Amino acid sequence: MDVISMKGITKIFGSVVANKDIDFEVRFGEIHALLGENGAGKSTLVNMLSGIYTPDSGSIFIREKEVKLTSPRAAIDVGIGMIHQHYKLVEIMTALENIMLGQKGGGFLRANIIREKIEKLSQRFQLGVDLDKKVYEMSVGEKQTLEILKVLYRGANILILDEPTAVLTPQETEKLFQVMNRMKDEGCAVIFITHKMNEVLRISDRLTVLRKGQKVKTLETKSTNTKELAELMVGHPVNLAINRVETVKGKVLLEVKNLTCVNEEKVQVLKGLNFTIRGGEILGVAGIAGSGQKELCEAIAGLYPVKDGEIIFDEENIVGLTPRQIITKGISMSFVPEDRLGMGLVASMDIVDNMILKDYHKQKGFLINRKPAAEKAVKIVKQLDISTPSIHHPIKELSGGNIQKVLLGRELEAHPKLLITAYPVRGLDINVSYKIYDLINEEKKKGEAILFVGEDLDVLIELCDRIMVLCHGEITGIVEAAKTTKEELGLLMAGEKHQDMEGITRDQNS
Amino acid sequence: MIRIAKRAKMSKAKSAGIRLLAILLALLTSAVLIVLALSLHPLDVYIALFKGAFGSAYRIREVVESATALTIVSLGITIAFKMQFWNIGGEGQICMGAFFASFLALNFPEMSKPLLLTLMILAGMLGGGLWALIPAYFKAKWRTNETIITLMMNYVALKWLTYLQFGPWKDPNALGFPKIANFADNAILPEVFGVHIGWIFALILVVLVSIFLNHSKKGYEIAVLGESENTALYAGVNIKRTIITAVFISGALCGLTGMIQASAVNNTLSVEISKGIGFTAIITTWLGFLKPAFILVVSILFAALVQGGSFIQTAVGIPQAVAELLQGLILFFVLGCEFFIRYKVVLEKPLFNVRRGTKE
Repeated sequence: MDVISMKGITKIFGSVVANKDIDFEVRFGEIHALLGENGAGKSTLVNMLSGIYTPDSGSIFIREKEVKLTSPRAAIDVGIGMIHQHYKLVEIMTALENIMLGQKGGGFLRANIIREKIEKLSQRFQLGVDLDKKVYEMSVGEKQTLEILKVLYRGANILILDEPTAVLTPQETEKLFQVMNRMKDEGCAVIFITHKMNEVLRISDRLTVLRKGQKVKTLETKSTNTKELAELMVGHPVNLAINRVETVKGKVLLEVKNLTCVNEEKVQVLKGLNFTIRGGEILGVAGIAGSGQKELCEAIAGLYPVKDGEIIFDEENIVGLTPRQIITKGISMSFVPEDRLGMGLVASMDIVDNMILKDYHKQKGFLINRKPAAEKAVKIVKQLDISTPSIHHPIKELSGGNIQKVLLGRELEAHPKLLITAYPVRGLDINVSYKIYDLINEEKKKGEAILFVGEDLDVLIELCDRIMVLCHGEITGIVEAAKTTKEELGLLMAGEKHQDMEGITRDQNS
Repeated sequence: MIRIAKRAKMSKAKSAGIRLLAILLALLTSAVLIVLALSLHPLDVYIALFKGAFGSAYRIREVVESATALTIVSLGITIAFKMQFWNIGGEGQICMGAFFASFLALNFPEMSKPLLLTLMILAGMLGGGLWALIPAYFKAKWRTNETIITLMMNYVALKWLTYLQFGPWKDPNALGFPKIANFADNAILPEVFGVHIGWIFALILVVLVSIFLNHSKKGYEIAVLGESENTALYAGVNIKRTIITAVFISGALCGLTGMIQASAVNNTLSVEISKGIGFTAIITTWLGFLKPAFILVVSILFAALVQGGSFIQTAVGIPQAVAELLQGLILFFVLGCEFFIRYKVVLEKPLFNVRRGTKE
C-alpha cells in the first residue's frame, strides 16, 4: 500500500517552476531515496509534504485519503515528521525538555510518564539518546538522533530526512543508517533526500530521481548503479573520474604558524594551526561543517581577526594587512556558504558589476571602465555555461548554481598566486563540478598554491595532494591523499589525532 | 481562500500600464468624492488642477521653482539611500545649508556678486554636509540608527533657525516683527528665463549624480556597501570612509537646496525655509526608483500636483483639505499599485470540490 501518494504536484515560485506535474509514491516499510542535483526540486517536493509550502496544483493522499497540508502542525497530525538540515533544538535544555517543548496537554507536564514513553520509544528504535544530556553538549550526530526521537514521539511514522548526512562524519553516517533501517523494520516510511549516489545505493529500497523540477523515474535500488544514476540525474552520460595532476612542487608559498583566532564570545575557533602549501600543490581541508574552515579562510583573507600566530605568504607576514592589500598580493578567497550568496557577490548587481568587485580599485581615475569586465563576463558565461538572460541581469534572479559559477569564474579568472576555495561545488551539477575541478587543476599546473575546503571525501582524496583535517578548530592530521582512506579521514574528523603529523609526534595519551 | 504569491518579473510596458491605471483609478475615485461631497463636476476640478500647474507662465515658473528644490534634495537622498543609509534629515540639512549661506549673505553684502554667491553655495553645501556627517559618524563609529538621529536633528536645526530669527539675527528695522533682514542684491541668485538659476543646477546635478552613481568608483562602493557590509569588506572597501563621503555628499546637496531657497526664493533666512521639502523628497526619491532621470520627472509632476492643488482651492472654491485629499489619493494609488506589480492574488478552490472530482 502506498502510504504517501502525490499526484500531479506543481509548484511555481515566480518564474521558476520548482516542481512540474510530479507523481511520487512511498510505501510503508521502505526507505525511499529522493535523488537529484541541487535545484532539481527535492526540497520543494518534501516541503509540501511537511506543510511548509502548499502546492499550486495537484493533490496529496496520505493512506489513500486526500489531505491539505497547510501547516507543519497539519503534517504531523497525519504522521509526517521532517528532520531539517538545520536542527530546531534549544541548546541549553536537555534532550527530554526539548522533546516535551510545545506539547499540548493539561496545565502540568507529567515528566515521569512522558519520560517513560520516550524511553520506550528510544529503545524500540534503538536510538540510544541520553535524555538528561544538554543539547549544547551533544555532537551533531546525537542532535540528529534527538530530532528523530522528537518527531517519533509526536507520532510520526513517515519520516523525511533532508540531506541528513551532509553534516556527519562517515562513522556517524553509519549510525544514522542503522537507525533508518530500524525505522524501516518497525514499519515506518522513510524518505531520504540526498545528492550522494553511493549513499542511496547502500541504504535505500527504491529511489526517485528528479531533474529540473520533473520526475525522471522511480526505480528499485537493486537494479541500478552509480553510472546510471548519474546519467539520470544529469540527463546524459558523465565521466566520474577526477585526475590528480602531477606537478613539480614549487617553493613554499603559504606558511601558517601557530594561527589562533577567537570569536566574539572569546571562544577559540582556531587553535594554533601549523601548515604549509607549496606552489603547484592542492592542500585539501576536510572536517565536519563548522570545524573552523570558514575562520581559516577568512583569517588568511584578512577578514577575521587573528589573535596569535603568523600567516607568511611569499616570505612576508600578512597578518594585520587590510583585505585589499591581501587581494593585491595575489590571494583570492572564495567561500561558498549554504545560501550561496554569502559575501563574495552583490545580489542586486549584474554579472559585469560583480566581475569588478575585487579589481575596480586598480583602475586609474575617478570613473570605472566596465568594458574589460563585460568581456570577462561573456567569457565566463560561456566557459561555465551560466544560464542567464544576459550579462546585465541581476544575479539574484539566477539560480543558486549559476550564482556560484559567477563567483568561481571570477576568482579563477583572477589567476591568483594562492587560491583559497571553500565548497566550490556545493550544490552544483555533476557536470559543472567536474569542470570546476578541471579549472582548479589548470591553476595548479600554473604553479599556484591551492587551499581546497571540501565536504565530499571522495573528491578530496582524488583531487588533492595532501589533506588536512580540522576538528573543533584544531588540526587532527595532515595526510597524503594518495595513501589515505575515507575511514582514516573519518576518524580524524571525529577528533582522533593522527599519530604522525608531518613528523611532529603528538601527545598520544589524549 | 485567497493567497498572495510573488510574481515573475513583469515587462516594463505592463508595469507602466499598471501605474497608469493606478493614476486613472485615483482620478476616478476622486471624481466620485468630488461629485458626492462637493456636488462639483470632476472634470472642472481636474482642468483647474492642470491649469493651476501649467496654465500661465507665472505658474509654470512656480512649478519649476519647487521642482528644482525637490529634485536636488531627492538626488541627495538617493545617494544615501543607495547605501541603505536612511537619511530622513533632509529638512535639517536644508536648514543648516541655508544658515551657513545666510551667514555670508548677511555679513559680507559688499563682496562682489560672483564671489559671494560662489562662497554661499560652498558654505551651503558645507553646512548641509556637516549636519549630515554627525549621524554618519555615529553610525560608522557606534552603529547607531541613522533614521532616528537624522529625524531628530531636523528639529534641532529648525529650532536653531527659530532662535536666530527671534533672537540674535532679528532685523532691528522690521518694526519688532520677528524676521531676519533681507539679503542684499549681491547675495541673490540670478534668473535665467524668469526662474532662478537653480533649475540649471538641478539639471546639471541630475547628470552628475547619475554619472557618480553608475560610473564612478565611489558610486560603485556605495552600492556594494548598501547591499552588504560583509561583501564590501571582502572587496576591500574602506567602509567608514565610504559612509562618511556618501552621507556628506547627500547632506551637501540638501544644503545646496537650502542656500538656493534662502537666496533666490525667500531672499532671506526664515524658519519656513524648508517647507517640508526634505520629507516630500523622500516620496519622490522612492517614486523615482533612486534613478536621477526618473526623479527629475517625478519631482516635476509632484510639484505640479502641489501647485495645481493650491490653485483649485481658489479657482473652484474648495477647502484646502479637499485639495490635499486629492493629492493623497493619487499617491495612495500610485504607491499601492507597486504591490500589484510585485505580487499577485490567487483565488484557491475549496478542498471539497476537488474531493468530489476524484471520487467520480
